[in-house]
Amino acid sequence: MSAHLLTLVTFIPVLGGIIIAFIPREKLDAIRWTAVAATALQLLVSFVILGSYDRMNPDIQMVEHYSWIPAFNIEYFMGIDGLSLPMVLLTPFISFLAIFSSWKIPKAQKGYFSLFLLLDTGMMGVFVSLDFFLFYIFWEVMLLPMYFLIGMWGGPKKEYAAIKFFLYTLFGSVLMLLGMLALYFSLEPHTFNMLILRDAAPEIGQKLLLGMNAAKVIFMLLFVGFAIKVPIFPFHTWLPLAHVEAPTAISVILAGILLKMGTYGFLRISWPVLPSATLWFALPMAILGLINIIYGAMAALAQKDLKKMVAYSSINHMGYVLLGMSAMTAAGMNGAVFQMFNHGTITAMLFMLVGVVYDRAHHRDIDGFGGIAAKVPIYAGVVALAWFAGLGLPGLSGFISEALCFIGAFPVFTWITIFATLGIVLNAAYFLWSYQRIFFGPLNPKYENLEEINKRELWTLVPLAVVVIFLGIYPAPMLDLMSGTLNQLVDIVKTAGMMAGF
Amino acid sequence: MDLTQLALSLKYFIPEMVLTGFIAIAIIYDLFLKPETSHRIGFMAIVGLLVTLGMLYLQQGIPATGIFANMFALDGFATFFKWVVAIGAALAIWMSLDTNELANRRVGEYHILILILVLGMFLLVSATHIISIYLALEMVSIMSYLLAGYLKENSRSNEASIKYVIYGAFSSGIMLYGLSLLYGLTGTGYISEIQTQLAAGQVSPVMLILVAVLLLAGFGYKISAVPFHFWTPDVYEGAPTPITAFLSVAPKAAGFAVLIRFFNIAFSQGDPNTPSWLALPGLDWPMIIAVLSAITMTVGNVLAIQQNNVKRLLAYSSIAHAGYMLMGVVVADQTGIAAILYYAAVYMLMNLGAFFVAIQIKNIYNTETIADYAGLGFKAPWIGMSMAVFMFALTGLPPTAGFVAKFYLFRALVQFGDGFLWLAMFGLINGVVSLFYYMRILKAMYFDKMEIPEKLTVVPVHFNVLMFILVVPLLVGWMFGDPLSTWAAEAVQFFF
Repeated sequence: MSAHLLTLVTFIPVLGGIIIAFIPREKLDAIRWTAVAATALQLLVSFVILGSYDRMNPDIQMVEHYSWIPAFNIEYFMGIDGLSLPMVLLTPFISFLAIFSSWKIPKAQKGYFSLFLLLDTGMMGVFVSLDFFLFYIFWEVMLLPMYFLIGMWGGPKKEYAAIKFFLYTLFGSVLMLLGMLALYFSLEPHTFNMLILRDAAPEIGQKLLLGMNAAKVIFMLLFVGFAIKVPIFPFHTWLPLAHVEAPTAISVILAGILLKMGTYGFLRISWPVLPSATLWFALPMAILGLINIIYGAMAALAQKDLKKMVAYSSINHMGYVLLGMSAMTAAGMNGAVFQMFNHGTITAMLFMLVGVVYDRAHHRDIDGFGGIAAKVPIYAGVVALAWFAGLGLPGLSGFISEALCFIGAFPVFTWITIFATLGIVLNAAYFLWSYQRIFFGPLNPKYENLEEINKRELWTLVPLAVVVIFLGIYPAPMLDLMSGTLNQLVDIVKTAGMMAGF
Repeated sequence: MDLTQLALSLKYFIPEMVLTGFIAIAIIYDLFLKPETSHRIGFMAIVGLLVTLGMLYLQQGIPATGIFANMFALDGFATFFKWVVAIGAALAIWMSLDTNELANRRVGEYHILILILVLGMFLLVSATHIISIYLALEMVSIMSYLLAGYLKENSRSNEASIKYVIYGAFSSGIMLYGLSLLYGLTGTGYISEIQTQLAAGQVSPVMLILVAVLLLAGFGYKISAVPFHFWTPDVYEGAPTPITAFLSVAPKAAGFAVLIRFFNIAFSQGDPNTPSWLALPGLDWPMIIAVLSAITMTVGNVLAIQQNNVKRLLAYSSIAHAGYMLMGVVVADQTGIAAILYYAAVYMLMNLGAFFVAIQIKNIYNTETIADYAGLGFKAPWIGMSMAVFMFALTGLPPTAGFVAKFYLFRALVQFGDGFLWLAMFGLINGVVSLFYYMRILKAMYFDKMEIPEKLTVVPVHFNVLMFILVVPLLVGWMFGDPLSTWAAEAVQFFF
């Protein structure tokens, strides 16, 4: 039974999606509850995975390894370690809650939930695949439902947002495909197996491609693919548009899970397989992280649209991840992956809260509210918690991971880290300033009868808040899960780098 | 070369003879049918093709042989293409059975002409002598002209046929000139003997390049490669849609077959069945074809972006796909050719599928304009979903076989080494460009008018069955060990 946990956790949602396709479209509740059941079951399996995961063992666990397309040595190879486990927990958790924030989706609900569940399978597959070909299939499969989810249920500029997202990501993917093929042919016998590729890292580092160091060429090809997903400046322009136009639940998924696939890709493939190129590119990566932090915060500060502000805050927060993971220290690496998880939960809250107020006021103009704290005290309280988590208040989970990123990066990139701390100030500024404009001051008479947040919405937010507070006070359980693998990853990169003369 | 030897060859010619028999019977049977019952010939044609496929199946295991004094070859390579062509023809005839374009007219000879076209392609993919190549190519071309102009009173269809004839005659004339030069240079018509002569190194490289370019004009016209593509959009738009669908997959595949066979054997040295095979020194045709491929896919994709008629859009997209397939010809070793075979088979399914959707929509709503597709995804959910699968497959996105097909092509190019990485780059970026126009169709179907109608559009049951036959292999055909890739790899075996 335990041998197929990863297959289960990946394919349960899409099975739910297929069942939904056979439910008549009038039976709305049946459709919704099937979606709930599928994601709940997936969440349950992810807990079982957590329960049977051996945290003392930093290597791959729960392996499923079969030959798939023998003619090309393509394998069905899944497994998890301390890097993927946080993501394997995050994905079903956010998806499950996002189903509830999709409850009131207008029109064509059947298609919506089917596509949603297909998207869920695609994301989960990326986090458990250890065969590059399989990884790539899941990576791409996720694009198709996302295109429809944004394009059909999105805001006024949905078509433009959807095709821009699609074109950008596909452009990145095709370069990644080229990098993947170059890796495949760099070894004899040819393989997509990430573990074999990792162990052969020194050999790959010696090869030449187009007269240049193969590792560097492949690193740059993969870099574009992953950087567009993260997104790293200047590849970020699809993000504000897609996040703003997508329906609430899809923005939650986009920011909460999809962005993590980019940094996960770096840590899963580029870092261990191409360590020499990674060290070669560490400084530029840290600088790009700094740009993300400062630029994201400044852009967020300038926004008038609340959702756009939250979207730019994602660029800001992913900057911390980039800074932490480019430092190649244990603290930085742990901080980066922990920040990936925390950003997932925090940004999910932020987008859901924006959705709550948008459903009532039908606009998201930050200056268009004013003084509504008196009318909706519970909502104001939850927003305060989420906003503080977003700005990294001590006692909430975001603080721990951001602090770890800085601690890890400081000895390596001292000046960059000092400048990056400026980002924290800006970060606090845009959150506090927007909070003040929306909730304080004289009550805008238009919102005399503003409705309080309802039970269903609270139910989607409370679990996230609990996780954010718990990990803020007691982060050890999560850090224990991943530190073994991540410390090993740091060692791998450093040893290989030393051999290559860094 | 005596008569007994020719007679002995007949036993390797059974599928073609069966097909000829069915054609003869169909012609006679058609005389006794009234216009309203003439569609029975269509059923008969499908049966004939199925029997032919059965005979092809019985031929497996026969080692590569030359037949009819080595004018034709029976080898794995030809057989693979025969399967593709015959299946494609059966599907195209099925599509023709209920289309409004052909309603209220005699369709007996329509189906008979398709069968003759199939016979021509069977000969073309196995031809190994310049005369048999030329005759088979003309047989294919003339049937195509007739079919493109089948809607006699429709001026668009007439225009299609005339344009097709003029371009076709012109390019086959150029090719014939190339063939005659080649004959003059080598003194033989057998392509394997031509290879021996050319490899001896007596022919000047300038002449060789001239011959190669002249021949490319003829073959390039059949596969609609740029700059021999100008006929494609007009012919595809004017011809009856099932014929357009068929012309876009089968003669194109057959054109690739003869192109590969000719270049791989005549303009090379060494046995094409072994890895030691090399392109002829002094004639860098892989580079010529690489440039042709890059131009073809780019022109096809860029021109497709601005089309508003679905058939024209698919015509330009088929030009782009010829460009992708040419990438495999550039590599032209075992992996490259296997990738082309795989691509040809998958392309047959996805392109027939896309045209089939266009046929159905034309039947029901009488439109070919993309803007009029608005809301169709909701009015006809099954058609919409199938179209999504075909569009994703044509773009080359997983989880469709279209992705796997492209993946094999790029795999062959990357394996080749640094030399053609630029072409792989070209192909990949072109894939991104193509996404834009394929998605325009889906955007119209799903995004432009999100209204769920009271009543869904009703489609004939047998059309739903056909759609299912086209969609399912694209989605799951490759997921379980990918038998087609194994078959394609084994089929790269030339009679030499």
